[in-house]
Amino acid sequence: MNAIEVSGLVKRFGDKTVVDHVSMTVGEGEIVGFLGPNGSGKTTTIRLMCGLLTPDEGEGRVLGFDLRTNALKIKREVGYMTQKFSFYEDLTIAENLAFVARLYQLDPVGEHVDRTLDELGLGSRRDQLAGTLSGGWKQRLALAACIMHRPKLLLLDEPTAGVDPKARRDFWDEIHRLAANGLTVLVSTHYMDEAERCHRISYIAYGKMLATGTVDEVVSDAGLTTFVVRGEDLHKLAEQISALPGVEQAAPFGTTLHVVGSDAALLEKSLAEYTGGRKGVSFERGETSLEDVFIQFMSGARDNMQ
Amino acid sequence: MNAAFSLARLAALLIKEFIQMRRDRITFTMMLGVPLAQLLLFGYAINSDPKQLPAALVAVSQDHYTRAMVSALETTGYYRFDHVTASAAEAEALIASGQVVFVVTIPSDFARRVDRGDSPQILIEADATDPSVASGAISTLGTVANQALLRERGMQAAAAQDASSRLEVVVHRRYNPEGVSQYNIVPGLLGVILQMTMVMMTSIALTREIERGTMENLLAMPASPFEIMLGKVLPYLAVGSVQVIVVLSAAKLLFDVPFVGSIALLLAAVLIFVLALVLLGYFISTIARTQMQALQLTFFFFLPSIMLSGFMFPFRGMPLWAQWIGEFFPLTHFLRVIRAVMLKGANTHEVTTEIVVLCLFVLAYGGVALARFRRTLD
Repeated sequence: MNAIEVSGLVKRFGDKTVVDHVSMTVGEGEIVGFLGPNGSGKTTTIRLMCGLLTPDEGEGRVLGFDLRTNALKIKREVGYMTQKFSFYEDLTIAENLAFVARLYQLDPVGEHVDRTLDELGLGSRRDQLAGTLSGGWKQRLALAACIMHRPKLLLLDEPTAGVDPKARRDFWDEIHRLAANGLTVLVSTHYMDEAERCHRISYIAYGKMLATGTVDEVVSDAGLTTFVVRGEDLHKLAEQISALPGVEQAAPFGTTLHVVGSDAALLEKSLAEYTGGRKGVSFERGETSLEDVFIQFMSGARDNMQ
Repeated sequence: MNAAFSLARLAALLIKEFIQMRRDRITFTMMLGVPLAQLLLFGYAINSDPKQLPAALVAVSQDHYTRAMVSALETTGYYRFDHVTASAAEAEALIASGQVVFVVTIPSDFARRVDRGDSPQILIEADATDPSVASGAISTLGTVANQALLRERGMQAAAAQDASSRLEVVVHRRYNPEGVSQYNIVPGLLGVILQMTMVMMTSIALTREIERGTMENLLAMPASPFEIMLGKVLPYLAVGSVQVIVVLSAAKLLFDVPFVGSIALLLAAVLIFVLALVLLGYFISTIARTQMQALQLTFFFFLPSIMLSGFMFPFRGMPLWAQWIGEFFPLTHFLRVIRAVMLKGANTHEVTTEIVVLCLFVLAYGGVALARFRRTLD
């Protein structure tokens, strides 16, 4: 059984279609990254999947329960971590966890709270008010609260926004540990390094699912060619190169310029002509990154909208 | 395990709410301190039958008739002659500037007319810009002046005779014979204080969850709308109960308001009233998106309900359409019940209609609140 199996999900707010026929399958124990620009419908899709919103169109089963008729059962088995910290800032860590434990009717409450505090290393701060915690600790509390009822599916909405790299690393180690024990995870993110730690990724823009697969699949399916250009005065180079035929992106990366295009032959010809007459400017074949692909998706999707 | 309702989940919400209340010291103090402060302030300050009002006397001659008149007016308790003058112009300036409320003019031929048996006249000018200030003082005037005059001429016997031949109107001022304002104001204040704190606190409490984003989390967890509503309503019902006890005790101990009816009946009515208010607050919070909007909506409701409920001005004195609007405020019905039970000793049968109306408010607010709340999930 797949943990998530939804097809043709549509959600409109007023006359704005926020989620536009999104289909998605996530297998048990998989970690799927959910990527896309701001306002692309990631949060709404996640809310549809955890039963917070009812879809206008489309069908789906989450953990085997029907999305439309069994929202309460889904809520019991899913852990949902909201984008914004949404526990009570005027309650301590332990009180917040006890609240969650009681809501899920975990018995005995104290034992579950202590176990969760231990598992996520929150014990030392159990009596600290949640409002006084730093971003990393808040995120740890939110994760602890989401997994304490031992859900089968974890929906994480940009869980690492505003968290330092060390805490981010710890967080992902924890996610992998949980997935190894059979938990399915759907996590939305803006970070490419996080996308690369997922088993699979799905890319959504303007409510439409544009690509899905492993990172390598998504990169190779995009059919992009990348060249690395070296030379003096990168800023001027970038300006001139982006005007050449076949060039779709030209972005400085440190001391080099990444030039991306979908027509490899045209791109290579343009660059050869450009660099031929100039001293100190050279180019070579480079590796297309996930980020290049996403930026390509974003500009493409915007064109579709217009 | 019941899917739709569980006591354990409700307990989770209640415990959380009480911890939050305890942490929020200022609000908690306000919930108990404000009712008491307001009761003391308004209870002692508001007087709908003002006495000892400043007056000016314009009298040319200071004969014994004039003195009799002045002392008769002073013994009514309404007049306090601060200014005695012979000039009408000076008196005019005093009343125009608001230094006196009354100008009593005793004409120069007053004594002569009395002695001759002509019909003597005195003029009392009252500052009636606020009608309620002057009304009590004026209403007692006719009889007081006549009796004083007759007594002064040594005609008590004649006065008695005169009275016996006239139509006698007997007035009983029932339920509050001395006309003590507090007897009317203090029970009314209970309603007003409850209305303000309950509606405001509840509407803010739920909007705060939405504003801080905790509502999204709450809804993603297995708590049903009904449980969430009860989880908010019950704690504030408890706070309301404490307020009721505080205000009623103060009414008895400080203001000595008579308590002739059944306490059980009164408490039952208060409970229904508070429930209606809390549900109204909950309803407001399903409309408001921010705590500020919730506050504004509360006040939008608060002012007309004070003005039109009969707390501030006599209900029967309003035009019919205004009375109809007044009927749509729970406070109007609560005031009728509490005044009837506390002061008149009304029994259950006599206040059934009002209690039924209060119950209707509970059902209506509760139903609308729950329906609106269900919709706000999407």
